[in-house]
Amino acid sequence: MSGQSTYVPQTGFTRWLDSRLPIVRFAHDTMLTFPTPRNLNFWYAFGAILTFCLGVQIVTGIVLAMHYVPNENMAFDSVENIMRDVNYGWLLRYVHANGASMFFLAVYVHMFRGLYYGSYKAPREILWILGVLIYLLMVITAFMGYVLPWGQMSFWAATVITNLFSSLDQISGGLKVGTHVATWLWGGFAVGDPTLNRFFSLHYLLPFVIAAVVGLHIWALHVPGNNNPLGIDVKGPQDSLPFHPYYTTKDAFYVGLFAILFAVLVFYAPEFVGNPDNNIPANPLVTPADIVPEWYLLPFYAMLRSIPQKLIGVIVLGGAILTLAFIPWLDTSRVRSNRFRPLMKQFFWVFVVDCLVLGYCGSQSVDASLHLGGIEVSLVWIARIGTAYYYAFFWVLMPVIGLIETPKPLPDSIAKSVLGPAE
Amino acid sequence: MAATSTTAEPTRRDFIYIATGAVAAVGAAAAAWPLIDQMNPSSAVLALASIEVDLTPIQVGQSITVKFRGHPLFVRRRSAKEIAAAKAVAVSELPDPLARNENLPDDAPATDANREIKAEWLIVSGVCTHLGCTPNAFEGDFGGWLCHCHGSMYDTAGRIRKGPAPQNLAIPTYSFLSDQRIKVG
Repeated sequence: MSGQSTYVPQTGFTRWLDSRLPIVRFAHDTMLTFPTPRNLNFWYAFGAILTFCLGVQIVTGIVLAMHYVPNENMAFDSVENIMRDVNYGWLLRYVHANGASMFFLAVYVHMFRGLYYGSYKAPREILWILGVLIYLLMVITAFMGYVLPWGQMSFWAATVITNLFSSLDQISGGLKVGTHVATWLWGGFAVGDPTLNRFFSLHYLLPFVIAAVVGLHIWALHVPGNNNPLGIDVKGPQDSLPFHPYYTTKDAFYVGLFAILFAVLVFYAPEFVGNPDNNIPANPLVTPADIVPEWYLLPFYAMLRSIPQKLIGVIVLGGAILTLAFIPWLDTSRVRSNRFRPLMKQFFWVFVVDCLVLGYCGSQSVDASLHLGGIEVSLVWIARIGTAYYYAFFWVLMPVIGLIETPKPLPDSIAKSVLGPAE
Repeated sequence: MAATSTTAEPTRRDFIYIATGAVAAVGAAAAAWPLIDQMNPSSAVLALASIEVDLTPIQVGQSITVKFRGHPLFVRRRSAKEIAAAKAVAVSELPDPLARNENLPDDAPATDANREIKAEWLIVSGVCTHLGCTPNAFEGDFGGWLCHCHGSMYDTAGRIRKGPAPQNLAIPTYSFLSDQRIKVG
């Protein structure tokens, strides 16, 4: 951790403990005195908010697992039992199901925040990549969790996503590697009871893996310390504040606001993000008319559907997430924060809109079109343009703009920027 | 290896290092395999029986769906018009030129005749070759099936004609036990 430890044990017991297991010192240095840039704004509260989300999901998930039955004939009924008969079961399940959405809402804000302020740039590349890994684990965990209620959407989401692997058949010739991988994932020739069982096992396991990677993420954060909205380094004690009480209170306040939004969703619109078709028990013989993933995966779904070739579609889908891991080296700018990057800032906001447009395209049916000023535009084509911009933003704009842009002058220090030049 | 600073010749210690490492690697792989293979279909799943389908109640122009090895299977009694439409297409126009018929060799071309045993009866898997949804019969541009998930269209011989699916609907092994009864699998 940066800086010397300032912890001084006050009692006989803590002195005794400190020379054996310095756990109190560790907590003191990482959570109380940790020097934090004094200019962190609202957007920096999402780390704490995400920790809150992970905690909520793990706690509600553990108790839901006490009532859920991972069997193809009983899973749907056991969820109904949780909703109707288990004491507060409705609350626990609604918190858990909507908690996934709140978790993704927070993680997207957190990611866009990192993207805007250049928090992936040296020396925070590992920190960023660990974040991408956490996001990927979240996607896998959420997908498996979505399968567990064994409704129609659960079943067909499982079918479509596991079939993504069958595209490997197209490059493995007669070996049919993709089919073998899909069969291995299913434990049968279709999504069925063995699939449900293993998804439950992994859905229980992965959150703890996420928690472990979050530990690494925070460790990697505490080596260089936080980035900040100015994107300049902390140059001395005048630029930082101790984490406690300054950021513990600030984070707690925003976690509170977030919890209010969370509660509004759970208590007033608990089915808002859900799909009504998932209240129909899984039927392997009938696919719902329109299958749509949960909102947080819609942009990627739009990319998949916009490509008419199966294997390439799957590669574009996977590549979109994999690309994120390369950002630290794709951005050639010497300035971190978009506050001082007049050109990049514009493309950044276009990128945010692009992600929303892709999400919209993914939510509509395959053959939908949009009437723009009397012209009919197929959504597939809008999604294709959106996909092209997504890739171009990272692989073309980031390296090129970093080289040709003239950034605005950076402030001398965080302290001067916050307190004014008077001192 | 470790001892090369004192001699260029491999020593007995180098040999022991490599031998130990090799044994450990083989042991780890052997220990991992049961953990991996347990996810493959179990004996109970593999023992799934074949099914028989009674064709008597199916009218001309009707398509029914039965469950076969956990998947939907379409049994369609084609009208003369549908058969003619399927026969009229040249194999060269098809995105997937192979019959995908388990009753025929792997390289059989996707002519209409290679897609059935009897022209009137089309027996095809109900699993879209794109991402595994179940297509709807009598929809799409070609009158066969339309998959609502991602827009793949199949013709009246179950062949892919348009959309992201790479292959024709698969045809499982089946035989006619009598004129009105088939055995699938």
